Amino acid sequence: MTRSLDLSRPVLIAVAALLAVMIVLPVGWLVVYSLSDKDGSATLGNFATLFTDPTFVDPLVTTLIIAVSVSLLCCAIAAPLGWLVARTDMPFAGSVRTLVMASLVTPPFVGAIAWEMLAAPNSGLLNQLWRAISGMPADEALLDIYSLEGLIFVIACYTFPYVFILVANALDRMPGELEDASSMLGAKTWDTARRITVPLALPTLLAGALVAFLQALNLFGSPAILAIPAGFHTLTTRIWSLFQFPPKPELAAAASLPLLLLTVLLLRAQAMALGRRGYAVLGSKYGEPRLIRLGALKWPAAGLALLVLAMPLFLPYAALFNSAFSRVASRIISFETATLHNFRFTFLELSSTMPALKNTFLLAVSSATVGALLALLIAYIVARKAVAGHRVLGFLATAPLAIPGIVLGVGLFLAYTRPPLTLYGTLWILLIAFVTIELPAAYQQLSSAFHAVHPELEEAGRMLGATRLRTLADITAPLLRSAVIATWCFIFVAVIRELSAAVILFTSDTKVLSVLIFDLKESGDVGAIAVLSLTMVAITTVVVAAANRLGGTRTAGRLHARAVG
Amino acid sequence: MRRRTLLASTALLPFGARVVSAAPPPEQITPALIEAAKKEGKVSYYTAMDLSVAEPMAKAFEAKYPGIAVRVERSGAERVFQRIGMEYQSKIYNCDVANSSDAAHFLPWKRQGWLAPFVTVDIAENVAPDQRDADGTYVNQRTHLSAIAYNTSLVKPEDAPKGFVDLLDPKYAGKMVKGHPGYSGTIMTATQQIVRELGWGYFEKLAKQKVLQVQSATEPPKKIEAGERAIAVDGSDYLFWMAKERGSPIQVVHAVEGTPMISNPMAVFKAAPNPNAARLLVAWIMSPEGQQFIVDLSGQYPANKLVKAKVGRPALASIKTFPEDAAAVEKQADEIKARYAKIFKV
Repeated sequence: MTRSLDLSRPVLIAVAALLAVMIVLPVGWLVVYSLSDKDGSATLGNFATLFTDPTFVDPLVTTLIIAVSVSLLCCAIAAPLGWLVARTDMPFAGSVRTLVMASLVTPPFVGAIAWEMLAAPNSGLLNQLWRAISGMPADEALLDIYSLEGLIFVIACYTFPYVFILVANALDRMPGELEDASSMLGAKTWDTARRITVPLALPTLLAGALVAFLQALNLFGSPAILAIPAGFHTLTTRIWSLFQFPPKPELAAAASLPLLLLTVLLLRAQAMALGRRGYAVLGSKYGEPRLIRLGALKWPAAGLALLVLAMPLFLPYAALFNSAFSRVASRIISFETATLHNFRFTFLELSSTMPALKNTFLLAVSSATVGALLALLIAYIVARKAVAGHRVLGFLATAPLAIPGIVLGVGLFLAYTRPPLTLYGTLWILLIAFVTIELPAAYQQLSSAFHAVHPELEEAGRMLGATRLRTLADITAPLLRSAVIATWCFIFVAVIRELSAAVILFTSDTKVLSVLIFDLKESGDVGAIAVLSLTMVAITTVVVAAANRLGGTRTAGRLHARAVG
Repeated sequence: MRRRTLLASTALLPFGARVVSAAPPPEQITPALIEAAKKEGKVSYYTAMDLSVAEPMAKAFEAKYPGIAVRVERSGAERVFQRIGMEYQSKIYNCDVANSSDAAHFLPWKRQGWLAPFVTVDIAENVAPDQRDADGTYVNQRTHLSAIAYNTSLVKPEDAPKGFVDLLDPKYAGKMVKGHPGYSGTIMTATQQIVRELGWGYFEKLAKQKVLQVQSATEPPKKIEAGERAIAVDGSDYLFWMAKERGSPIQVVHAVEGTPMISNPMAVFKAAPNPNAARLLVAWIMSPEGQQFIVDLSGQYPANKLVKAKVGRPALASIKTFPEDAAAVEKQADEIKARYAKIFKV
């Protein structure tokens, strides 16, 4: 132990310094800017503006309405679906679980664009279909995606999977004995569910609700695509608009702080809700939970699950495929009208495609590698309590969770457009942003992997006479390998879909795919967007599948619910 | 440094002699320029032109001068202006050639000394003096209009609006789409003209019509072609025409009050990383060949007098247009953005 302590001291200092550069510097500049006026003298004027000017107050209120609604909607969908998948004999339960997780690969802003194709009031494919079926007149619409409700729906589509994973995993781990005891004591199936299962799952659901709330609070892409045409701002789009000419970084910094504070508070609440979740369920000593027989309701339940999946997956991808092969996105293609025009345009004419693909791939691979290694190092130091002060590292590694992507983007922009480290305009600033954003989730995954092997297996190894090193090599490392690969995949996927920090930090030379798609959206080039989005999802799927084969594990199952911009 | 001495000597030359001018002597596309450009091998072209025109134009240039890759950086003109400003503030010099639909951008760029004077014989001889900077730092590449248009399968010609005031009719509520002056130079320029002619009161009334707010002036044409809205309040007219010529049911309206006119100047940046390729690109775009390419593909009005406007499009002189005033746009731009955002809520 003393030996490793000596070795670890410089490592600790180096890692702590790195984390400071990544987190403390941007947040520090954010605070400084929010308290400065244009000429740099101290003022509270920015906050006064923030809480009196209706162009800030309205987005704040709107954002809170959206976050609460998304949170409730997600729980209403994810809880029953999670229960059906984890605790009943619903057909295709395994496929449903995989598909819900697969829907997380879709970047939320791509989902928003796809839903625009489906449910724009006049040209939306679903509205056209409904008019054809019901004979509704041309200027009426069944669905209007350009509305507060539309935005809430689309955000919920790509947020409920996080809640679903939490709920389904919690239900998986719930001891079957408790339910068995209940039914042995004569309770009916539904009573058991109501009295035992629901109360046990409630803390998880609460935590899920908070995750969904945070997600909706800090999301940038979907509001930027749907709210602005509808004529309103959310807090994130408003912050972003302050970066348009003439840029007002002081106000942007001030507007970022409420998001930051709210996120910190909610994360504390989430930690309290989840805090004691594990006490009865750690280890695998309990029996497999019993599956509830749905009987005649089996097939309706599966139908319902598929209907839910249509929202984030089947319908949006159908729309994306349609417009990838169509000259005008609102027309449904047939064999005669299908065209490769958009593919030709995207890959042969559009000169930004290849540089953006290259940048994205490079950043995803390097962020995933750096992020996974850094998280592994920190998780090791903290889990083994290798050095005094290890708690600080754990805290710093988790802290970025509280920083919304767009806020981190603003902070990094303020910190690195000046000497000594002028990183703006390079891929480095994006690398720092992506590693910082993904570090908390990566760290949590790897530290839970460390904790999972520590108490029982590792001690057993040592009791049987193996040295600590031997135990590490024979027991810990093989168990961690799949966790490291899963973490790598997680960061890779997350980086490819990241928009909110990239949209602040990119320059023309460092444009990434998500920003290119966003650019194309602003000029309405939906055909090219469809092609690029499908390409993006295809790359992600191939890489994740390959890594899964390498790791021999179900990576998607390890995705932890977390808040991303 | 050498450029400075060049500038000083040009005042004596006949082409710059109409006004006292710092413009350099007009150049031709020489083999030496082509050779130097090929050595650089690439050029970045920041533009607000729709990609369906800008990318093919870039490809045509690449075909003419193999070995020089054009990277088109397209965004809204106001975005382009912001990006270049942010990049320059951080001493990032990526931009070779910039082309904006907001002519006001070239005034501060020139004042700050960011532009490299460059004049070709085509520019000096065949572009009207009011279409180019007397000091040779920028030149109008082409002109387009911000027109009203409608989808004829959604609006019958007899029900169609004739001008801006008609759009305030309650029967058009919820049926219109419009670009944003905080993003698009076309819309910024047009907004300044409409405010001058009709006052802010017009926009306050228009905002009550439940207008679908998009960003780029290139998007309203796509939104009405898709049938998402029936009428475009504004938008780059060449895209309406191109959609119509492809067979889409679109009709362009030149408002009875007048139609905003938008010039699209272009300049080489002094700190351009590929200065020769930049000059070659500008020289080619302003040559009859480059201008003809833009006209054939998009039907925008050429700046080079040797090139005729596209057959089938109305002559520019036959349209009642609002005069463009870049200096006023520069002065009012921030106010226009703020006021517009207040009125339309985004």
